[in-house]
Amino acid sequence: MFDWKWDFTIEILPRLILATFNTLMAAGVGYGIALIVGLIFALAQRTPIRIINWSVREAVEFIRSTPLVLQIFFVFYVGPQFDLRLSPWTAGMIAIGLHYASYLSEVYRAGLESVPQGQWEACRALNLSTRRTYFRIIIPQALPPALPGMGNYLVGIFKDTPMLSVIGVAELMHTANALGSESYRFLEPYTMVGIIFLAISLPTAFGLRTFETWVSKTLGMSKSKK
Amino acid sequence: MTYAEFLNEHGARLIDGSIVTVQQTILAALLAIAIALVMGLMRLSSNYVVRSSATVYIEIFRGTSLLVQLYWIFFVLPLFGITLEKFTAGFIAVGMNLGAYGAEVVRGAIQSVPKGQYEAALALNMSPFSRMRRIIFPQALILMLPPWGNLFIELLKATALVSLISVTDLMFQAKQINGTTYLSIEAFGSALVIYYIMSRLVITPGMRWLERALSRHMSRA
Repeated sequence: MFDWKWDFTIEILPRLILATFNTLMAAGVGYGIALIVGLIFALAQRTPIRIINWSVREAVEFIRSTPLVLQIFFVFYVGPQFDLRLSPWTAGMIAIGLHYASYLSEVYRAGLESVPQGQWEACRALNLSTRRTYFRIIIPQALPPALPGMGNYLVGIFKDTPMLSVIGVAELMHTANALGSESYRFLEPYTMVGIIFLAISLPTAFGLRTFETWVSKTLGMSKSKK
Repeated sequence: MTYAEFLNEHGARLIDGSIVTVQQTILAALLAIAIALVMGLMRLSSNYVVRSSATVYIEIFRGTSLLVQLYWIFFVLPLFGITLEKFTAGFIAVGMNLGAYGAEVVRGAIQSVPKGQYEAALALNMSPFSRMRRIIFPQALILMLPPWGNLFIELLKATALVSLISVTDLMFQAKQINGTTYLSIEAFGSALVIYYIMSRLVITPGMRWLERALSRHMSRA
């Protein structure tokens, strides 16, 4: 097709596959940070202390409404101004982790809010400990409605990792850029990157949907009859 | 250097960049709306070929990164004889990407209009076109406005990527200022605040206003 060179495609494939592992690692680590920090953000918005509530709420809004690529630059370049040198990987993980943490905190919040107030009151009446209330009553009910959102952001963080290339994290896009400028051929590297992204994100999205149904069935939350 | 001095010296560039960002956002939004309407309706077509070509478009643009699409449109399309200017390539990539997300919003909203409305229009012997235009779409429009508000914020944020193909938008200017002065907090921080103002103080209230205006209009009709 047109000017497509298969031998060149095969020649660059090993490097692209290696870079794919870096991309997956970036997405995985970033998502791990986002899952944990997002939970902290969500719980911080439920504390009775007004000032914590309000400042976390505003911080989440701020992170959510500004571009990730700008945040990546910000984290990477602001450090050295305070004599704190972050490697591209560290800076990238902080930026992408925090960005998605703010998205996930909204997902958690919506999940927790979907549990009827009566459930909390019933736990109170039965004198269950906070721990038991959360783990046995609230989270099993809050999880199924939160899962689709969590899954979307897993795919989302994967698709946003190319932005890390701007500060020199050696993921797929960065490798494709390097291959392109070494050989002056952009058709094959960029097309292959697109295909690799499709080949990973489509099955993942499908797998996540299957997983969601399985979880809500296992937790007995499915609306359909047994 | 105080922040006032910084603004005095570099404020003009930040404003120039903001204007380009606004232009990119508006052009990309218009393109995204057009694509979303066409693709969203095509997804609901009874013709298999029409329906699946829309599905392929949506899955390709939602399954790969915007950055990949942007580079592809800017660096690879010229090899096929289509050379776009960077400004044009920028908003086309953003619009096509967000249009794919918008198509799902359009489809979802049209599908959630109660079936009875459709049947009533059919019973009144309305043509398929006027059925859509006068009965289904106005009701779907109200349903799809809130998700569109979110999409427009995503779109504004997505335009920051066009700086990577050297469109001189806000992000690009912030990078330039950072490169010449090394004042990273001032340069990137100001840009972050400008983006925040655009999305929280312009797009969000604008969409709220539109939602209110539209539902007032609809309930009167």
